[in-house]
Amino acid sequence: MKEIRIHGRGGQGVVTSAELLAIAAFEDGKFSQAFPFFGFERRGAPIVSFVRISDSPIRLRSHIYNPDYLIVQDPTLVGVVEVTSGVRPDGMVIVNTEKEPEKLELEAEAQVRTINATKIAMDVLGRPIMNTALIGAFARATGEISVESIKHAVMNRFPGEMGEKNAEAVQKAYDMMRG
Amino acid sequence: MKIMEGSHAVAEAVKACRPHVISAYPITPQTHIVEEISRMVADGELACEYIRVESEHSAMSVCVGASATGARTYTATTSQGMALMHEVLFNAAGLRLPIVMTAVNRALSAPINIWDDQQDAISQRDTGWIQLHAEDSQEASDMIIQAYRIAEDHDVLLPVMIGMDGFILTHVYEPVELCPQEKVDEFLPLYEPTQYLTPKNPLTFGPIVDPSMYMEFRYMIHEAMGRAKKKIMNVASEFRDKFGRYYGGLIDTYEAEDAEVLILAMGSVIGTIKDAIDELRADGKKVGLVKVRCYRPFPAEAILEAAKDAKAIAVLDKNISLGHEGALYTDVKSVLYNKGPLALGFILGLGGRDITKSTIENIVAKAQKAIESGRVEEESEFVDLDQEVL
Repeated sequence: MKEIRIHGRGGQGVVTSAELLAIAAFEDGKFSQAFPFFGFERRGAPIVSFVRISDSPIRLRSHIYNPDYLIVQDPTLVGVVEVTSGVRPDGMVIVNTEKEPEKLELEAEAQVRTINATKIAMDVLGRPIMNTALIGAFARATGEISVESIKHAVMNRFPGEMGEKNAEAVQKAYDMMRG
Repeated sequence: MKIMEGSHAVAEAVKACRPHVISAYPITPQTHIVEEISRMVADGELACEYIRVESEHSAMSVCVGASATGARTYTATTSQGMALMHEVLFNAAGLRLPIVMTAVNRALSAPINIWDDQQDAISQRDTGWIQLHAEDSQEASDMIIQAYRIAEDHDVLLPVMIGMDGFILTHVYEPVELCPQEKVDEFLPLYEPTQYLTPKNPLTFGPIVDPSMYMEFRYMIHEAMGRAKKKIMNVASEFRDKFGRYYGGLIDTYEAEDAEVLILAMGSVIGTIKDAIDELRADGKKVGLVKVRCYRPFPAEAILEAAKDAKAIAVLDKNISLGHEGALYTDVKSVLYNKGPLALGFILGLGGRDITKSTIENIVAKAQKAIESGRVEEESEFVDLDQEVL
């Protein structure tokens, strides 16, 4: 079983990202589970969501304390909450930032990867909603989920032009991230 | 199989039951259920009267009135909303109305807390509602279809609430199999009330009953609760035959047969316990599970049968009867009195406090210690308390 924890702020699509990853993994033929841990729902508040992906049915429902993968949607959370808490040493941290990994003051043994998903979102969508681009980068960096399934999940969630644009952002981030 | 949010899996099951009247008031974390149902009604996918109200007291009152006319009715609520319904819940049971409700589980104020525990449903224990608890989205969805069969049976005629842990199940995306409409139609025929309100045949529902008869009415509800036990088991088996899924009757067990330590719990924590048991078993520890599916009527006989050969039983309560102990623990002890294993009570998971596999392992270790010493040192204890907050 692979466990993913996503950190972001209310309004950034933290919960949607987790759901889209779970839907895409399910479409890839895996069992999956996604659930949020809300603070009081309001924009800007730190929010965490969780994803589990497995070859067998998932029964465990506790929070994820030792994720294989960590996705940080908002680099300003570093230092505000302990984002890297418990990440597996052989795991991976993916941060949305324009900085290079070594410039981030992250306390983690895990490999750190960065991508400027906000810029991709601004270029493609014209808005700083970077969650779909970031999961595209996740697909490339980890190889856990196919980019086709992610794009399909994104287009199902956001019908019409908005879905197509978001799928474009997914692909762009996937192409920019090194595998 | 599809992957969807737990709330939507429930909404789909409600739709498949073809309810005539739904009335609800939105409250976190029940909201996604009734939002989805009202969308179905607005989009013409579900032909039903969706009545918006100004409170949960009114929502249940609408259900009572509608059900008395012979309509199949549904509502959902949680926490403060369930507490506000309290008065009307007694009426629904006393009038013998087969209303089905999803009782999304959430802590009660104060302090205000929107997260999961089961205090809200446990606090409705004595209202005369049959109370079931779901382990996952699939069961929360399937239980809706089972619940109407149980509630509307003429030997029962009692309302049913289905506990569904807030956020943990309502907001989880996981694979679910939906029941095909034609199979649901075969499994669940139209509700045929024995008596109902109609201008053609005026009746009075709920008139005053004086001391010469009130006790008899209470007795009849109690008897119906007793008959419901068999019905709940039968419906679970029939559901298995029809849809291929089975979750146990009044209880279910896991690795219980040769278990020295049994864990007894209900709701969404069951999955985490099963994973913990697999690990403990791999370590050579004889641990098993009793899952309570039906809290009222209380499955005394089934629990006694499942627990009689164990050496200790650890009862997990996501609620507390303040000033005493967890409600399940009290019930289980009364069942085992003088004839069963050592019983230990644990209060945990209140207000959304996470329950991990290591929480379960620590509880099992305490039960093993009680077996070794032959006595229970602390009957009821809070798990994972943060001493710094106290």
